[in-house]
Amino acid sequence: MSAVNAHAAAAAAPDAVDMSPRREGRTRKRWVRVLVGVALAILAFALSYPFLWLLSASFKPRSDIFDNRLIPEVFTLDNYASIWTEAPMALWAGNTVLVTVLAATTVTISSAMVAWGFAYYRFRGRSVLFGLVLATMMLPGAVTMIPTFLIWNSVGLTGSLVPLWAGNLFGSAFYIFLLRQFFLGLPREAFEAARLDGANGWRIFRSVAVPMCRPAIILTLLFEVQAAWTDLMRPLIYLRDESDFTLPRGLKQIVDQFGVAGNYQWELVVTAGVLTTIPMIVLFFFGQRYFMDGIATTRAPR
Amino acid sequence: MTAVAARRDGSAALRPGQRHARRRELWAGLAFLSPWILGFAIFTVWPLINSLYISLTDYDVVNDPTFVGTANYEQLFADPKIATALSNTLWLALLQVPTHVVVALLLALLLNQAGRSSAFFRTLFYLPKMTPAVAIGVLFLLMFNGQEGVINQGLAAIGIDGPSWTTDAFWVKPGLVLMGLFSVGSAVIILLAALRGVPDELLEAARLDGAGPVRRTLSVTVPLISPVLFFLVVINTIDSIQTFTEAYTAFGGAGRTAYGNEGALFYVVYLFQQGFEFFNMGFASAMAWVLFLVILVITGIQLLVSKRFVYYEAERA
Repeated sequence: MSAVNAHAAAAAAPDAVDMSPRREGRTRKRWVRVLVGVALAILAFALSYPFLWLLSASFKPRSDIFDNRLIPEVFTLDNYASIWTEAPMALWAGNTVLVTVLAATTVTISSAMVAWGFAYYRFRGRSVLFGLVLATMMLPGAVTMIPTFLIWNSVGLTGSLVPLWAGNLFGSAFYIFLLRQFFLGLPREAFEAARLDGANGWRIFRSVAVPMCRPAIILTLLFEVQAAWTDLMRPLIYLRDESDFTLPRGLKQIVDQFGVAGNYQWELVVTAGVLTTIPMIVLFFFGQRYFMDGIATTRAPR
Repeated sequence: MTAVAARRDGSAALRPGQRHARRRELWAGLAFLSPWILGFAIFTVWPLINSLYISLTDYDVVNDPTFVGTANYEQLFADPKIATALSNTLWLALLQVPTHVVVALLLALLLNQAGRSSAFFRTLFYLPKMTPAVAIGVLFLLMFNGQEGVINQGLAAIGIDGPSWTTDAFWVKPGLVLMGLFSVGSAVIILLAALRGVPDELLEAARLDGAGPVRRTLSVTVPLISPVLFFLVVINTIDSIQTFTEAYTAFGGAGRTAYGNEGALFYVVYLFQQGFEFFNMGFASAMAWVLFLVILVITGIQLLVSKRFVYYEAERA
């Protein structure tokens, strides 16, 4: 209503210096701002609550876990002491770091190469091949789960960490798509200049193109670190010995052993949950700028 | 420009050289593509062909596969657990996708009003998305526990007797949907970026025409961001149909004689069990192909329906 009034007033008396509707609008706007801010703060708290609950539970003795206080009544570090003796957490963390580093570096290098091939070189059949890349992005992972297992099984690598990362040597459709977009956005003159200076194709890629698309490279690394670190399906399929487990696979083991099927030692489960999650939170704080921009521009819900 | 340059070089004289250059371009391009071409052949084309063949056999990984024709597919239609798993999965998707997208849209609309503080809140909203799915499965078991869980204790405080979220076959799906809202952050950020793209002039014009905030949102904002909403619906449907980790963490695995909650036996969970717990590779491959077809059909229907509701600016011009 007030909007219409303001419009009518402005139309009727364009020269009048009557600020009152506007000022009224401004104070109303401030009120809306405050309300929006309060609502957002409450929602942010609600969305953070599960993790805060987990974190706080890990500092409580077993009997207090379900007391639903965010500040533990009895504060204890015992859970963190006992989880190291109850489960090989350090070994699992080491395995996870190894797999994550290998998965992220291999997929970034291979996807950047392929993306560059699609972005820079012009040849017949290029768009058909790129169409195939996009098509594989739509292929549900569950469809190739069994035949992929059979491939790793036939070369005797099931039961090792290799199947968790080695597929990344061949690039990944989503990252190829993302990196190609970035390469296409770079000015071609820079590459022509390098070419005229005598640089070969690999040199142009390695020394000119890659440094120019650093944010996209970092984004790819971050996305894959998150994907590799949190994956449960593949560790469940491929890992047999407890000594090979990653943290998510280990956490599942702890749930089965100490939680659901055990003595309901949920204090160990929540503590292992925190230890599995914390590295991702740290990763986010280091890379939040890349995550935010990356998700907004590439529309990548992961 | 290029035409002038070519003529100056003498286009007729350079033809063989050009052909040479073109061939070099092709080989260099293919060299860069080689990792993907190799991977596509080994990890996409071959698995698809092989899984079609395996789906027609009886195969336990240890012994050689024996050809059984369409027996796996016939067994699939006769297995009551398939019907259960399929209906559980479709119900979950039907609940999850609209809830997720609508909540994400509401949060994004709110964030869009926040001015300078929106960058701060958007970071906080995204943060829970970093939690591994396996930890979300654990949180579901604990927070949604029927007796001691914080959700039901909270409901009890306002006089509501909460359901047994984790053990009841019906309530487990709404429970998982609510738990899933925890990771709504990435959809919020995608939608917020889309909202930033809605031109102020259009909203201002609607305001001057007397449209209130709700009307402006429904008649201007939502149609303008409908391609992004549609994208989220498609992606979330595919993800939702493949729900595995949260449910399997909470209800599946070693130390149990049976799956923890029949109402949370989702299709991919059952596929995993058939393949990697019972080693019925043939049956599991048949399941995978049926899943592929189900996803194709659903995505196809969504594409058809979207033609009526999704507004693409480029088409109108």
